Amino acid sequence: MELFNLGIKSIFIDNMVFAYFLGMCSFLAVSKKVSTALGLGAAVIFVLTVTTPTNWLLNEFVLKEGALAWLGDSFATIDLSFLRFIMFIAIIAAMVQLVEMVVEKFAPALYGALGIFLPLIAVNCAILGGSLFMAQRDYTLAEATVYGFGSGTGFFLAIIALAAIREKLKYSNVPNGLKGLGITMLLTGLMGIAFMSFMGIDL
Amino acid sequence: MKALQNLFDNLKPNFEKGGKWEKFHTLYEGHRTIAFAPDLITGSKGTQIKDAVDLKRVMITVVIAMIPALLFGIFNVGHQHFLATGMEATFFDKVLIGLISVLPILIVSYAIGLGTEFTFCVIRNHPISEGFLVTGMLIALVMPPNVPLWQVALATIFAVVIGKEVFGGTGMNILNVAMTARAFLYFAYPAQISGDQVWTYLGDKTPVDGFSGATALAVAYTAGVEGEPVTKALAEHNTLIGDGLFSFSNLFIGLIPGSIGETSTLMALIGAVILIGTGVASWKIIVSGFAGAYAMGLILNLFAANEYMAMAPQYHWVMGGLAFGIVFMATDPVSAAQTEAGKWIYGLLIGVLTVIIRVTNPAYPEGIMLAVLFMNVFAPLIDYYVVKANKKRRLQRATV
Repeated sequence: MELFNLGIKSIFIDNMVFAYFLGMCSFLAVSKKVSTALGLGAAVIFVLTVTTPTNWLLNEFVLKEGALAWLGDSFATIDLSFLRFIMFIAIIAAMVQLVEMVVEKFAPALYGALGIFLPLIAVNCAILGGSLFMAQRDYTLAEATVYGFGSGTGFFLAIIALAAIREKLKYSNVPNGLKGLGITMLLTGLMGIAFMSFMGIDL
Repeated sequence: MKALQNLFDNLKPNFEKGGKWEKFHTLYEGHRTIAFAPDLITGSKGTQIKDAVDLKRVMITVVIAMIPALLFGIFNVGHQHFLATGMEATFFDKVLIGLISVLPILIVSYAIGLGTEFTFCVIRNHPISEGFLVTGMLIALVMPPNVPLWQVALATIFAVVIGKEVFGGTGMNILNVAMTARAFLYFAYPAQISGDQVWTYLGDKTPVDGFSGATALAVAYTAGVEGEPVTKALAEHNTLIGDGLFSFSNLFIGLIPGSIGETSTLMALIGAVILIGTGVASWKIIVSGFAGAYAMGLILNLFAANEYMAMAPQYHWVMGGLAFGIVFMATDPVSAAQTEAGKWIYGLLIGVLTVIIRVTNPAYPEGIMLAVLFMNVFAPLIDYYVVKANKKRRLQRATV
């Protein structure tokens, strides 16, 4: 039940996009069509679900203060947490590469559909954010996995909703200066208001 | 009528291309079509449709449907005023106090909103959109009677500019404009639009001792937290100023504190009958909205983790602005789902979300505003998948 609550929380209440405004670049750039947004969203879910627990292991057994105690007593006081950013990013980039290779080998059609968006995930701040929040909040391994999956799903929902709205916006008469990213940023703000409905719920 | 026709005909050359007020052509056209059918004709190759129903008539129908809620709201503001101050009053006293409180809000909302809209129409040279006739009334009806007028003006400008005009005007917005105005105020100036003290118009009078201006929703939420049966708490609330203020029938009729027009479920239902009868609003959204709220109430009854969850689901229908929101806000044809199957899903989720927010979220006693906005955001997505499913089904039938 705890895990389920955490999942719901990370999808709706702590939504990566609308509560923390993370992952904005790909959220704004890859939301012109629902089909591509769907691909990117699915890839983000996958990568977050894989990297958050992997980074948890790394953090727990290598980076945290005293995490190296399993090597021997002399290592027990070492604190490598200043390496968090670079190590997490390295893991994420490696995972994305791995995912890319696996997808290319076993599902070439999906690989073609995702195109450039798959490698782009490596620099999506929602993914790094997921890992850093996980470390900051002292989740367990199971919690980290659920949290990764949940925040990925939150991003997925946000980006396909935005993509559907932007497809509808083709019929709108947006002033010239606001066309493209301008109106999308205004839209993101308005969607943020709508997502406020869940803020404050305590699960 | 003839004189009016002549007046418009005489003025017409000034507004045509080359005339001295050419820039204001949209204003002229907008006012002329109040009385007369537009004289635009499709070119010789197009399809000719002869019908007096245009956007203006549709919007006027919605305004008419809101008039019962408005009149009742005016009366109720006065009624609450005299209940709270403990004075005897005749029907006309109550209406008078109601008018003093409500009319300025209505006038500000219309004047500021139409002014903003006209400015945009002239600058961008697009036709005047009658949509604001509805929005202006809705904005006034969802405001608390004590709201400062400058806040009404600010919210109206925000909603018209950011909520509607940046998308190109009526028919192109994503979120319901009136709800955007209210949400803007709610997050920008929470002190004037939430809490216990804003729902009753007091003027310069002091309330009687023991008066609490809490709404039914706030009472229900507190009862849920404190573990007291909600219906009992509602029945016993505020007995100092009148027995059974929050009895089921009173909640249904709407003689309770709240925003100006949202208190009465009965008036919202009368509006619903007008809207459905004239075919302006989708009955699917209204029915599924109420059904969703009821179903979610029943599901929460099964868990019943606190007393609020255990409350009989029909109370959700009559408390707060659920009925008003579903009838007038959720059915907004622009921001709602457009597909028929989508409307069922859209309405249902609005009902469900409203009850979830009410029961679980301590930050907001009322959920309908954010539920409508939230589903406005997802309506295009629902439509997208309904259309896609439809395409798939029809492709299977196709023989190539």
